[in-house]
Amino acid sequence: MATETLTLGKAINRGLRRALEHDPKVVIMGEDVGKLGGVFRITDGLQKDFGENRVIDTPLAESGIIGTAVGLSIRGYRPICEIQFDGFVYPAYDQIVSQVAKMHYRSQGKVKVPMVIRIPFGGGIGAVEHHSESPEAYFAHTAGLKVVACSSPQDAYTMIQQAVASDDPIVFLEPKRRYHEKGQVDLDAPIGDAYPLHSARVVRPGRDATLLAYGPMVRTAMEAATAAEEDGRDLEVIDLRTLSPLDLGPVYESVRRTGRCVVVHEAPGNLGLGAEVAARITEECFYSLEAPVLRVTGFDTPYPAARLEEDYLPNLDRVLDGVDRTFGW
Amino acid sequence: MAKGDPAGTARGRRATPRSARSGGKSPGTDLVQLLTPEGDRIDKVTWSDGTEYRVDFTDEEYRGLYRDLVLVRRLDAEATALQRQGELGIWASLLGQEAAQVGSGRALRPQDMAFPTYREHGVLYCRGIDPIMPLGLFRGVDLGGWDPNEFKFNMYTIVIGAQTLHATGYAMGVNMDGRTGTDDGEAVIAYFGDGASAQGDVNEAFIWSAVFNSPIVFFCQNNQYAISEPLERQTRIPLYQRAAGFGFPGVRVDGNDVLATYAVTRAALDNARHGQGPTLIEAYTYRMGAHTTTDDPTRYRIASEVEAWQAKDPIARVRAFLTKQGIADDAFLAEVEEQAKQEALRLRERVLEMPDPEPLTLFDNVFPNGSPEVDAQREATARYLDSFEGSVH
Repeated sequence: MATETLTLGKAINRGLRRALEHDPKVVIMGEDVGKLGGVFRITDGLQKDFGENRVIDTPLAESGIIGTAVGLSIRGYRPICEIQFDGFVYPAYDQIVSQVAKMHYRSQGKVKVPMVIRIPFGGGIGAVEHHSESPEAYFAHTAGLKVVACSSPQDAYTMIQQAVASDDPIVFLEPKRRYHEKGQVDLDAPIGDAYPLHSARVVRPGRDATLLAYGPMVRTAMEAATAAEEDGRDLEVIDLRTLSPLDLGPVYESVRRTGRCVVVHEAPGNLGLGAEVAARITEECFYSLEAPVLRVTGFDTPYPAARLEEDYLPNLDRVLDGVDRTFGW
Repeated sequence: MAKGDPAGTARGRRATPRSARSGGKSPGTDLVQLLTPEGDRIDKVTWSDGTEYRVDFTDEEYRGLYRDLVLVRRLDAEATALQRQGELGIWASLLGQEAAQVGSGRALRPQDMAFPTYREHGVLYCRGIDPIMPLGLFRGVDLGGWDPNEFKFNMYTIVIGAQTLHATGYAMGVNMDGRTGTDDGEAVIAYFGDGASAQGDVNEAFIWSAVFNSPIVFFCQNNQYAISEPLERQTRIPLYQRAAGFGFPGVRVDGNDVLATYAVTRAALDNARHGQGPTLIEAYTYRMGAHTTTDDPTRYRIASEVEAWQAKDPIARVRAFLTKQGIADDAFLAEVEEQAKQEALRLRERVLEMPDPEPLTLFDNVFPNGSPEVDAQREATARYLDSFEGSVH
């Protein structure tokens, strides 16, 4: 077994490389993905090894990236589109929502759009505005799109390959503040044997309350669970991984045991993923709940200036405050 | 010169095109026309870039084009009638644009791929697709039924201009597949209108195609109106001149002239398939009817304008030409009319027989790989519907 220690960003790079090797129809397209290797270097070295027809520097126009990728899909290609930052995806929103998401449905299954739209998302890197957003709910709300978020190098490596291999259009959210965090990655394991893409995973078993998180907040939730041990609370942490469709089976099983649940995400709370998750838990686990499902999220404000983002983003203390409140009910 | 002048007027008045880039070699020619509204043939036209346009059809081919035009118009009229009788939810008529669509549609070679708007019923017909297909969309029993790759004709696109990017990406793929540079290379055609020319997607498609030298023809049917808004609300220069700013040729053709439209489109497609990159064609035409059956054009245009365009009718000029040249006799014209009538009747019968889809099919094909959430909703809806079994309500 070839296991290496990789950063999350490098793990995606290695996954992309394997996807390009595996299928000649896979192409990468986006702004600065070629010689530069992307502003986060996620596509580093790929154009050099696979050529300008496989790793394509596009004009600077996001709607064009997604719209031309639709055409390439009709032609039989499997495009991986890089959107440089979360806040720049909106010019492509029409193509994603009206075209990518609906093509298979409208054509009664005759046209597939096996596209992956990679978006570095979330805050915590001290960036200027439009570089720290969490747009997942817009896409999860759109029928015809699947949305996943990775949180660890191993998941990043396998999930990107699974997403590329899938015939479904997938928005692939990468926790940019975690790009440089390291972990062990098994590079040789067959993708077919990997943990399924559209499955949640219990990343820390616990008895007293359930913490739900995805992407960058998984680590925050884990740190909160470690800290909670000092208070004598044993928290279960579940990485949702797939935001659409949701995989809440493990969540229901957990909440039926713990009776308490806190959902954590960076995106604003109003109509966010946490609202949907809370509603479904209420429907499925009503008689098991000791307290309402609580949310610890970004606020319903535009993403603030960098010097305020620590006040905006859920952190260990805010998560534990949410846990305290669910016990105080 | 008033912008949006009818083609003939503009042609007569403007000695040289405004754009210095496209001006010069052939003063007075800013519209390619090979058949006058009176039905007289023009042997050849040289565009300002030196390109010479001509057609060399056999009598049989001339008669074939006429048959196409008449059939396409008759089927379109039948669809409008079906909407008026409540059998279609809405219809977007192509009335007046038959020559632009048949001319460009017949210029396509079998390997070429077309990306239509929602009004390209004439191109669809030329691609060999059953004319019943788009009626499912407008009747509301489906969202489009044909296989784009089987007929090399993509699904209709209703979001204005979005398909030009799809066409551009497809054309990039043609290049990546090494399918250009020969006589049997592939080309792509993207249809859009004067309104769409203002869309960001269309301008992005121009940029993409230019920098990647993609094998694509941008075919703009300038029918003078975007619903109610006239051309001058979309542009300050003739649309074909925009191409120069993007770095590829633009040409304006009389969109009511099926011969000129064929010649210009065939040449642009052949350039594309030979690896010479994109061309913008502005087919100068007129939407004789309403934008769709929900529209009322009397609120925004005057009758005399419509009458002026009536005199440039795309079918009347072909009929005049065929008759004058002795290519078609009355028996032929009558036979075409009868065929059109019969096909329209068959279309009507089949539309009336189109079944409504079963309720649970609304959950089909959301994803190639399915979704447990959609499956659960399908099952819950099935149980809900079953709960009405035996109900008196």
